[in-house]
Amino acid sequence: MASKLSGILAAAKAENRAALIGYLPAGFPTVDGGIRAINALIEGGCDVVEVGLPHSDPVLDGAVIQTADDIALRGGVRIKDVLRTVQEVATAHPEAAVLVMTYWNPVERYGTARFAADLAAAGGTGCILPDLPVEESEEWRKAADAHGLDTVFVVAPSSKDKRLAEVTAAGSGFVYAAAVMGVTGTRTQVGSLAEDLVARTRATTDLPVCVGLGVSNAEQAAEVAGFADGVIVGSAFVKRILDADGDEPAALAAVRAVAGELAEGVRRR
Amino acid sequence: MSEKDYLPGAQVPDARGYFGAYGGRFIPEALVAAVEQVAEEYEKAKADPAFAAELDGLLKDYTGRPSPLTDVHRFSAEAGGARILLKREDLNHTGSHKINNVLGQALLTRRMGKTRIIAETGAGQHGVATATACALFGFDCTIYMGEVDTQRQALNVARMRMLGAEVVAVKSGSRTLKDAINEAFRDWVANVDSTHYLFGTVAGPHPFPMMVRDFHRIIGVEARQQVLDRTGRLPDAVVACVGGGSNAMGIFHEFIPDADVRLIGCEAAGEGADTPRHAATLTKGDPGVLHGSRTYVLQDEDGQTIESHSISAGLDYPGVGPEHAWLKDTGRAEYRPVTDDAAMQALRLLSRTEGIIPAIESAHALAGALELGRELGPEATILVSLSGRGDKDMHTAAQYFGLYDEQPAADDAGNGGK
Ligand SMILES: Cc1ncc(COP(=O)(O)O)c(C=O)c1O
Repeated sequence: MASKLSGILAAAKAENRAALIGYLPAGFPTVDGGIRAINALIEGGCDVVEVGLPHSDPVLDGAVIQTADDIALRGGVRIKDVLRTVQEVATAHPEAAVLVMTYWNPVERYGTARFAADLAAAGGTGCILPDLPVEESEEWRKAADAHGLDTVFVVAPSSKDKRLAEVTAAGSGFVYAAAVMGVTGTRTQVGSLAEDLVARTRATTDLPVCVGLGVSNAEQAAEVAGFADGVIVGSAFVKRILDADGDEPAALAAVRAVAGELAEGVRRR
Repeated sequence: MSEKDYLPGAQVPDARGYFGAYGGRFIPEALVAAVEQVAEEYEKAKADPAFAAELDGLLKDYTGRPSPLTDVHRFSAEAGGARILLKREDLNHTGSHKINNVLGQALLTRRMGKTRIIAETGAGQHGVATATACALFGFDCTIYMGEVDTQRQALNVARMRMLGAEVVAVKSGSRTLKDAINEAFRDWVANVDSTHYLFGTVAGPHPFPMMVRDFHRIIGVEARQQVLDRTGRLPDAVVACVGGGSNAMGIFHEFIPDADVRLIGCEAAGEGADTPRHAATLTKGDPGVLHGSRTYVLQDEDGQTIESHSISAGLDYPGVGPEHAWLKDTGRAEYRPVTDDAAMQALRLLSRTEGIIPAIESAHALAGALELGRELGPEATILVSLSGRGDKDMHTAAQYFGLYDEQPAADDAGNGGK
């Protein structure tokens, strides 16, 4: 039952490199503009993309992604637009895996089973639910399993070993290791906690372990690729689009270029 | 404190923090260890007589408990003659019920070996109580407060700073209590090793709804006995305002087994529960997940939180504690919307008839009691939680009623314009 996501991560491993996973919120700066931006991430070299579902209360996000979510919500983005984003990206790029990253309440409100069905129908391959701990996840996992979706759980430097085993046993696709204790945002250093967390996580699972939170450039990507199976980058892309200040060609060129540099970084191991 | 199964078959909450379908623990993995530590330390503290003794001592000698019960005859005359009794949490040190929970969690923080406390605040009363305890115990203190609230509760911002706390004005979202909580969670994720998040109401992830309730239970425990001693019987109804719901849970809890005592929570209806500008979460919201637990939430079809509105900063919140959600669904408690204007009129009425200026939050309960008294008639006894005093609200009240000299008095007869 190897999923598309697992296959892509295995292929990267076979090439002796880390996978590159990019994040952008849907609807940012517009729904169609967001679709073009996510396509640009893949064209620049991302193997997997996470489509964010913008939320009114993004408690795990720093200022950069909060701003993007705000812009998307003020633009009127709806869940159906997020699903359309998944569908258009998945259609344009069948070689990539498309995940959704969302806080839990929108899924519960939409209907857990309905969301899983619609995400799968749109060509999505799974979900990351950063505020749904494994204890609260049973209903979602049943729905995800019924539709062949992966559920990627997050582990943190504060996770104890016993808990890591419980979390990784419940997840599929890969394990998202948070590099630092904190919210999303670019950081100058990846931090020493990440390598230790990856090692402790690997001791509990055969799933690939990918590292995110704070990675923003090729140097950091190469450093993380030295000990992890994948490198996850979000805020660095969002920031390029914010910096372009409405100039879409410039924004697309910038995110494509950053993806290219990061893709080079994950091959540098 | 005894484990209660006060509704048939229910252990409240269960081991996972559920009150029926509500509660739980919807938190990021990074906070799981910290929240589990709070839960474990709280269980240990409950079993430790030294903890109870120290807390009791503080409540008595520092807070000034027990708080009095006041008969308000002249005010009662406006409530159809029903006898209204006020539980005077406004007379606690720092001026509200919030100190009860804060002292409990401050002792817990010391037991956990943490040195820094963060908290959210709306009206500023929880922030002031927290800053006070941090001064007393020598903890570093950072308080998150929505920018809108720092303006309308400026007196409390000055009090917190006087007490040595750092006050951060939160500029995201609706710039009120909800966003202050978001920002406090962001701080906690990044600083969890040194920091305890001293949550200020009966919401949030398990064990906060249970623990904060337990620290406020004393309100109802005292009041129930005081009413019995004063009147020889139980009240017909207990009325409290509900923001997150802590003063209400505190005064309700001891009465839950008394099936004949009606429990009535007053939510902020702002400009009207049928307008878009209100904070009547239980009346108008739907079940969802906000700030770590499943409860009623003001939200749109996509599960995005809808901004709340109330003249009262402490009730201006689009969520509510999960135990209230459960009490509503089981029918054990009722929840009524009270508009800004009804609350402001009750605030002025209590001031003019009894010489007690209540907080705008508490004035929502007073307005609810006036309405209920007229329904129940002169035989009825109504216990009201007077959760706080109104000093912090004098600027808002002065503007509402035109009390400043330089302003034309809008309408001295009663319908104060804004
Ligand atoms: C005096 C007073 N009463 C009530 C509240 C509302 O909180 P809760 O519903 O948790 O009692 C506040 C909150 O700031 C308050 O200051």
